[in-house]
Amino acid sequence: MPRRSDLHSILILGSGPIVIGQACEFDYSGSQGAKALRQEGYRVILVNSNPATIMTDPELADRTYIEPLTVPVVTRILERERPDAVLPTLGGQTALNLAMALGREGVLARLGIELIGASLEAIDKAEDREKFKAAMERIGLRVPRSGLVRSLSEAIAIQREIGFPTILRPSFTLGGTGSSIAYNAAEFAERVEWALGQSPVGTVLIEESVLGWKEFELEVMRDRKDNVVVVCSIENFDPMGVHTGDSITVAPAMTLTDKEYQRMRTAAAAVIREIGVETGGANIQFAINPRNGQMVVVEMNPRVSRSSALASKATGFPIAKIAAKLAVGYTLDELPNDITTRPEARRGSSEGSTDPWQPACFEPTLDYVVVKIPRFAFEKFPGADATLTTQMKSVGEVMAIGRTFKQALHKAIRSLETGSFGFDQPSPLVQSEEALGPRVVLDELRRSLATPLGDRLWRIAEALRAGLSVQEVADVTGIDPWFLHQIREIVELEEQTRRLGAAALEPTHLAQLKEAGLSDRRIAALGGVSPEVVAARRREAGLRPTYSRVDTCAAEFVAHTPYLYSSYDPPWSGPALVRPGEADPGARRKVVILGGGPNRIGQGIEFDYCCVHAVQALKALGFETIMINCNPETVSTDYDTADRLYFEPLTLEDVLAVIEAESERGTVEGVLVQFGGQTPLRLALGLEAAGVRLLGTPADAIDRAEDRQRFAEVLQRLGLRAPESGTARTVQEALEVAARVGYPCMVRPSYVLGGRAMELVRDPAQLSDYVHRAILVSSSDLRDHPILIDHFLSDAVEVDVDAVADGKEVVIAGVMEHIEEAGIHSGDSACVLPPNSLPHAVVERIRRQTRALALELGVVGLINVQFAVKDGEVYVLEVNPRASRTVPFVSKATGVPWARVAAQVMAGRTLRDLGVREVVPEHVSVKEAVFPFSKFPGVDTVLGPEMRSTGEVMGIDRNFALAFAKSQIAAGNHLPTAAQAAGKWALFSVCDRDKPGAAEVARMLHDLGFALLGTRGTAAFLSERGLPARSINRVKDGRPHVVDAMINGEVALMVNTSDELTVRDSVSLRRTALLRNIPYFTTIAAARAAAQAIAALQAGPLAVRSLQEYMAGQQSA
Amino acid sequence: MPAIDEGLARLALANGTVLRGRSFGARRTVVGELVFNTAMTGYQEVVTDPSYRGQIVLMTAPQIGNVGWNRGDLESTTAHAAGFVVRELSPTVSNWRSEVGLHEALLAAGVPGISGVDTRTLTRLLREEGSLGAVLSPVPVSDCSDEELVAAARRWGGMEGRDLVSEVTCPAPYTWEESSLRMPGEPAAASFGPPGALGHAVVYDFGVKHAILRQLCDVGFRVTVVPARTPPDEVLACRPDGVVLSNGPGDPAALPWAVQSTQVLLAKGVPLLGICLGHQILSLALGGRTYKLKFGHHGINHPVKDLRTGRVEITSQNHGFSVDFASLHGVAVLTHLNLNDNTVEGLALPGRPVLSLQYHPEASPGPRDAGHLFCRFARLVRGEALDGEGG
Repeated sequence: MPRRSDLHSILILGSGPIVIGQACEFDYSGSQGAKALRQEGYRVILVNSNPATIMTDPELADRTYIEPLTVPVVTRILERERPDAVLPTLGGQTALNLAMALGREGVLARLGIELIGASLEAIDKAEDREKFKAAMERIGLRVPRSGLVRSLSEAIAIQREIGFPTILRPSFTLGGTGSSIAYNAAEFAERVEWALGQSPVGTVLIEESVLGWKEFELEVMRDRKDNVVVVCSIENFDPMGVHTGDSITVAPAMTLTDKEYQRMRTAAAAVIREIGVETGGANIQFAINPRNGQMVVVEMNPRVSRSSALASKATGFPIAKIAAKLAVGYTLDELPNDITTRPEARRGSSEGSTDPWQPACFEPTLDYVVVKIPRFAFEKFPGADATLTTQMKSVGEVMAIGRTFKQALHKAIRSLETGSFGFDQPSPLVQSEEALGPRVVLDELRRSLATPLGDRLWRIAEALRAGLSVQEVADVTGIDPWFLHQIREIVELEEQTRRLGAAALEPTHLAQLKEAGLSDRRIAALGGVSPEVVAARRREAGLRPTYSRVDTCAAEFVAHTPYLYSSYDPPWSGPALVRPGEADPGARRKVVILGGGPNRIGQGIEFDYCCVHAVQALKALGFETIMINCNPETVSTDYDTADRLYFEPLTLEDVLAVIEAESERGTVEGVLVQFGGQTPLRLALGLEAAGVRLLGTPADAIDRAEDRQRFAEVLQRLGLRAPESGTARTVQEALEVAARVGYPCMVRPSYVLGGRAMELVRDPAQLSDYVHRAILVSSSDLRDHPILIDHFLSDAVEVDVDAVADGKEVVIAGVMEHIEEAGIHSGDSACVLPPNSLPHAVVERIRRQTRALALELGVVGLINVQFAVKDGEVYVLEVNPRASRTVPFVSKATGVPWARVAAQVMAGRTLRDLGVREVVPEHVSVKEAVFPFSKFPGVDTVLGPEMRSTGEVMGIDRNFALAFAKSQIAAGNHLPTAAQAAGKWALFSVCDRDKPGAAEVARMLHDLGFALLGTRGTAAFLSERGLPARSINRVKDGRPHVVDAMINGEVALMVNTSDELTVRDSVSLRRTALLRNIPYFTTIAAARAAAQAIAALQAGPLAVRSLQEYMAGQQSA
Repeated sequence: MPAIDEGLARLALANGTVLRGRSFGARRTVVGELVFNTAMTGYQEVVTDPSYRGQIVLMTAPQIGNVGWNRGDLESTTAHAAGFVVRELSPTVSNWRSEVGLHEALLAAGVPGISGVDTRTLTRLLREEGSLGAVLSPVPVSDCSDEELVAAARRWGGMEGRDLVSEVTCPAPYTWEESSLRMPGEPAAASFGPPGALGHAVVYDFGVKHAILRQLCDVGFRVTVVPARTPPDEVLACRPDGVVLSNGPGDPAALPWAVQSTQVLLAKGVPLLGICLGHQILSLALGGRTYKLKFGHHGINHPVKDLRTGRVEITSQNHGFSVDFASLHGVAVLTHLNLNDNTVEGLALPGRPVLSLQYHPEASPGPRDAGHLFCRFARLVRGEALDGEGG
């Protein structure tokens, strides 16, 4: 069956902001889907609220809407565009839930729009736990015993039948939000309440625990002729009980006999058929009892998922692209396997053909091993429970490919960029216990292994090193002994190396270490030499990695797609077999683009967006583009983004090896380090030292911007102001500096990302406390990385500027005014473009200063400058001569692809040639941050200088109020109108210095028709200003108090600010607001914007407009 | 558990390549055809499949031996591959069904193995040059030079014209009564009744895999296995309701006696099921021609299209020869096609109860997509008119 000709236009739903459990994998799948459908000649309409995505690039679709993913807004888009079909399976749980809601509310039926990819019935059957259970039983498969409940009493009844531990799974949530394990009755009651609150439909599945069973996943595809293929099997290193997103996972499955695997495969086919996913992909999870092979089905996702993105990268099989094509009528045997089939090949080629055509209807086979390791960010959320459980907590992941498990594991470890280059992480636990004697250490290790934490992998190695047996470790962790044996082999090899010392660098042993995947740095540490010595000895011994292709077929057929990974050959193979590499470098001029590595807070999809644009720009200029990255969720690691893709860790050793391989033919003109965030920048000096040319801004300029001393000189030369500042290495020094610059001060360690460990201190006591803590956590002392102390400008307005420079000219890309006042990390702050409140003259001054800085530093490429404006005075806070987090937002707001412009400039074009000019749009764009607080019970949600958001959304409209309203709705902060808030209160609880501002906001809301409620002091202040505010007890004043009112559903929105004195007292307010989904604002500035937005919402329904229309309007204006 | 022998082993190819690796399994020198298999599961089924007689099997999956060895996964009474080549042999075994390790099992079966060799490069070599003669040897270099091993590999006579069936067939007839092994919770296979309900199936053992016998039992046959050279009248004397021409090793053209027996059975109109080598023999009996593939099909991910239904099955394959369909034009109908290279995967005879499959519907190892073909054969035996096959 060819493509359906009855469809003409198709709307693809995106997944919204990056949150834990839903990251850039859906940009990857959405982009693939959009490309595939347009290739087939369909008109594609795309909706997503996340501007930092490739899928929302205007050239990827016919109509691109950056609008909130809600039923009313999407309904308006559907009414406007009247597509024939909606494809909801590429946008994660968000898109699936939205499609369900559109169906339930009759919108799809009313407009005659078909849902393709998965029907409402299929989605419902897979997502509704009760229906899913019934479906599995119909096809003879076991599921854990369970019952669906709507209340605590129902939950207790079910729990009594199935015993403890009990798993709680709220219906229709993503990434296991609200899901947990309860071990006793008290925990159970508390967690059931939480889970019920998290489910959008208010139901929770109470489920029998299969803790400790082995977990597997199969990625399955089906077409409308009922052909079914399993694209990939994935085995979880961590057993059941740890969310698969937080598990280390391995592909293919390592510990199944064929009979067990085929049972699972047959079951998977039965599941996808029974659930009724007619076309596309699904992810099915199984648990196996390691003692007797019993199998249960855990769950099924009737859509493209994080695991399917991983499976696509692990196998080379483009699941999302194929899913999109199946959705419009193709069958698997009608589509080619892109990896082994050249575009010119014809279907039906015969055996021995020189240009064979192979179908996508097959199952990839791997002759390598893939390991994924999640990346966590618990350091950002003090107070969060770091135990890994059924609710996902990781913020990113890395994938690594090796010829063996050991190679892949080692590569994955160093891809994480947590400072670990092997099993070297010193375990603080053991160090502190050393004095207590070996037995205590072993007991302690055993105990620590029983709780799954993010660093368990290293603790396992530590335990094996300390003498625990594989079986003992298996018993406490539930991890399959096969994996543990592999780690033990590594540990043994390491110990042998340590004993050999420098003799370990003898060629045969070195070859053995490299074959086992050890990095030069790890070998250096074990041998007591420097990494450079290891690298030199390795070269002398002729030890270099060779590159193999990810080819879907274990080399059975020729692969035409240069998707490569490195490996070291077995040392015994000997010189008789000179292995011809498969890199096959091209002869053209090449540029290497370094990606951003794993997503983390402070460095996410925005940088992948920039890398992809750089690739596109350089391709257009005729360069051969070489991409290096290790994040499987990204568009940059799609095999058809760059000309050649190396799926490798971003360490100096791995990157230099790629450059060496590529230099065998053609010339590597240079490396781009400015687009992938801190990750590639950290390699800049090492690359330069190795003689590699960096394109664009010279490394020295980066140093001048980052080195405090040198930067101060730059400012002085240009006559620019900055807050008073200084550096300190001791408490005494810190106190002196602070006294000089004046309190309050912003303090932070040097060279950090995303405001890590940044704090605002108001007096000497707080400062010395901070310095003491900094000394404690710093591995050595503060000599190398001193503490930076800046005077903090209270109540200043912060401004972010992105610009592009070519060394001679500077073009401003965008000036963004922050909505929250300075002091809140720029990544967590909402901002507006063009500036909303700043006088024209101030903005002009900011432009001038940005230009001066870019020229003085000699920037060639992107530059980001942060300013603070206080009392009409402009201060320079920070300069980053590289792509910033806001580049995608600015690009979407102005309609200019700034990262692409920058890449062209870095490749030698001038801004004049390119004819690029600043664009100040007529419309207003607001960026809002999205936070993972709901994943971390117990964590305070108040914003500060440390960045904690995982993603962002964008609201665009004709004025600030509407754009801000959209940004809030898109971020899940559902602003109520007075009518919706009838019978409820607008609650105010603010600290003294915010009371005047709060009164202003209260007046706006009062005028809009809201009833006001205040905690005692706030209410009194409002009353003094003539505002009718009812008073309510603070929590510490006795009951009934403000939290009671919130829990009872009496509060429609909350404005809560606090200072050092009140911040602890008000945590319960913010947590309750979060738990009860009450919109809340923790700064007056945001509250003021919200009040304006509510006024705009009350004036009439939101209108929608596509990016293409905004841009057309701009051109004609 | 005896320790894995850490000694050196060498793999020498007829093209002059010599690789060094570690020896495991039996310490003896073997000569054979080097072939690669791309299955990621089921190495035990592969090694014990009699069709691999005379072949040194290389697994492209890099981690081999992880799940050990157990009685239930044997495809015959012993290992048949001449030698076994792996990238990395597991230092341990982890599976609840395992009884011994791969090393011990191969040691007991007298099959030598080599690990720590670059299997991907070898696979690429075989893909380019086609299957090659090879020697796998643990003999130290001091006793036998690389050149001598290569010379031995070159002297290996090739697969064409070799009768390997006589080496693997059973010495005497026997009855088979075991059904398929089911993993816990696995539903039973489709069936027409208990063994015997469907009547009697006689299986020509050209190197039969146990999975074929098990699945014949599953669907409801009473199963008798007879040696490959059993004269057709003896088979007919068993009053079979159907005859199965099993899989087996080597070149079908080297088995004229089997072809002749098949011609007799065809003439008598006995329902026939040919699998793999059996399919090739059947094709020769119909006057067709077979030829050697460059490097064969050895894996469990081959897409095969059933031309009557249009549906695709992911199949288990293991053959070095193939049937030239042009040679059967007007005689047989093409029913199954390999979508990777468009080779013949299945044939039917208009109006006659004959089902002939190049691939392995019994899987083991491999997906069970094609297991229903045993039911199809059962319906042929029952005389049910099958769509498209009745002609």
